[in-house]
Amino acid sequence: MKKYLPSIMFFVLLLIIWEWVVKYFEIKEYILPSPSAVGSSLINKKVLLWDHGLQTIYEAFLGFLLAIGAGLVLSVAMGLSPGVKRTIYPLMVVSQTIPIVAIAPLFIIWFGYVMMPKVVTVVLICFFPITLSLVEGLSTVDEDMVRLLTAMGASPWQVFRKVKFPGAMPSFFAGLKISATYSVMGAIIGEWLGASKGLGIYMTRSMKSFLTDQLFAAIAVVSILSLLFFAVVEITGRLVMPWYYQK
Amino acid sequence: MAEDYLVVDDIFKTYPPAEKGKEKLETLNGVSLAVKKGEFVSVIGPSGCGKSTLFNIISGLERPDKGSVLLDGKDITGEKGHISYMLQKDLLLPWRTVLDNCILGPELHGVSKKEAYRLAMPLLQEFNLSDFASSYPAQLSGGMRQRVAFLRTVLAKKELLLLDEPFGALDAYTKSEMQDWLSGIWSKYRETVLFITHDVEEAIFLSDRVYVFSKRPAVVKAEITVSIPRPRSRGEITSNDFVKLKKEMLSALLGA
Ligand SMILES: Nc1ncnc2c1ncn2[C@@H]1O[C@H](COP(=O)(O)OP(=O)(O)OP(=O)(O)O)[C@@H](O)[C@H]1O
Ligand SMILES: [Mg+2]
Repeated sequence: MKKYLPSIMFFVLLLIIWEWVVKYFEIKEYILPSPSAVGSSLINKKVLLWDHGLQTIYEAFLGFLLAIGAGLVLSVAMGLSPGVKRTIYPLMVVSQTIPIVAIAPLFIIWFGYVMMPKVVTVVLICFFPITLSLVEGLSTVDEDMVRLLTAMGASPWQVFRKVKFPGAMPSFFAGLKISATYSVMGAIIGEWLGASKGLGIYMTRSMKSFLTDQLFAAIAVVSILSLLFFAVVEITGRLVMPWYYQK
Repeated sequence: MAEDYLVVDDIFKTYPPAEKGKEKLETLNGVSLAVKKGEFVSVIGPSGCGKSTLFNIISGLERPDKGSVLLDGKDITGEKGHISYMLQKDLLLPWRTVLDNCILGPELHGVSKKEAYRLAMPLLQEFNLSDFASSYPAQLSGGMRQRVAFLRTVLAKKELLLLDEPFGALDAYTKSEMQDWLSGIWSKYRETVLFITHDVEEAIFLSDRVYVFSKRPAVVKAEITVSIPRPRSRGEITSNDFVKLKKEMLSALLGA
C-alpha cells in the first residue's frame, strides 16, 4: 500500500484544486460538480447505485468469464496447430478493426432488451487481449526447453502441458488484467444502447436530466468496479504463478 | 574388456546454408567413438566444432546425414527417449519448484507424483539440495541450478548420461567445486557418462578417456586415455602425469 502513497496524495491534491476551482469560479453544478457534491451524491444514491452496479458487475463478470473460455479454447487450438493459427490469427486481428460501438445496436435487434447483448459486447471487447496475450505467450516458448522434453521422450501434448502452457501464464495474465478493466467498460457500452438496469443506463438518465453530480458518482463507481476486477485478476495471478512473483 | 555400450559410427552432418549463396555448413565429418558401461568419457574440441550437434544426434533430436548410433547393440539413430541429456543451458522450468523440476523424467513416463518424490528425496539429500526442495529456480545460485539440472538428468533413469558443458557458465571457483562434487558422485554411482567440455583440465580431472575433436568439420583428432588412479585430488593437477596429459591434449587441440 505504501508504494501508492504518492499517487494517492497527488490525487487528493487534484481533488482539492478541483473543489477550489468550482467554488471560486462559481461553476454551476450541472456543468461541473465539485468533488464534495459528487461525494454526497454517492452517499445519497448509494442504494440505487448499488442496485444498478450489481447488474453491471453481473454482466461484466459473465462476459469476462465467457471471453476467457473462448480465448482459452481458441489460443490452445492455435498453439497446438500452426495451420489453425495461420487461418484464424489474421482474421482475429482484422475483426478488431470493426468498431464495436457501431455494431452493438445490432445485438439488441438480434437478442432484444435483455442481458445477452451486454454480455456479448463485453465478450467481444475482452476476447481479443486475452487471446492475443495467450497466443503470444505460447509462441515465445524457450525452444531449448521443448528440445529437452522431446529428448526425454515427451509427447507433443506433454510438451504443451508442461512447458508451453505454464510458460505462457505471465503473458496470459497481462492480457487478463487489460481485459478485466475493459470488461466493466464493455458492460457500460452495452447498457448505453438500451437497458432497464445498470450503471450505463443510470449514467444516460442522469445526463439527460442534467444531474451531472449523479453522473460523476456513477463514474466513480465504474472506476472502483474496474479496479476491483483488476485486483481479482492480480490476486489470482499471484496464486497461480507464485514463482513469477518471488523473483 | 567390457563391451562397448554406446557406439557412434561414422557420423556425418551438414547443415543447409544459413542464407542463399552461402556455403553449406559441414559440421561432423565422419565421427566415430565408443563408451563402455560405467565409463566417463569426455569430448573436447574448439568452440563451434560440432560437439553439441553430436549430442543432438545421439539423443535423437537430430538425424545424421550418414552413420549410426548404437546403444547396447541396438540401432537408436534418430530415436528419442533412450538417454538422459543435459543440455548446455540448465533449462530448469521456472514455474516448478526444485523438487518438481527433478521429477520431470519419471513424471513424463507416467510415474505417480508420490512415487517420483520418493525417488527424488534421497538424491536431493545427497546433492545437498534438500533445504531448497520447495524453492523456485530463480532463487538458486548458478552452481545449485546446475546440480538440480544434473539431478533431473540422473533421475530420468537412463543408462547413459550426456552432459553438454554443464559447468561452462560457472565462475572458476564454483566450477572446481562442482567438478569435485561430480567426481565424487560419479565414483559412487559409476553411471556411464559422455561429457562435453572445452576445458582441458576439467577433461583430465573427470574422465577415463578423452576424445579430442578437430575444428569444424569435426573429426576425432586424438583419443587419450587418462590412467591417473581415482579418487583424484585437486592437488594432482600439477603432478607430472597430469601435466604430461595436458600437454598431449593441448598439442592435439591446437594442432587441429
Ligand atoms: N540447427 C542448426 N542449423 C544450422 N546450423 C547449426 C545448427 N546447429 C548448429 N549449427 C552450426 O553447427 C556448428 C556446430 O555447432 P555446435 O553447437 O555443435 O558447436 P559446439 O561444438 O557445441 O560449440 P560450443 O562449444 O560453442 O558449444 C556451428 O557452426 C553452428 O552454427
Ligand atoms: Mg555446444
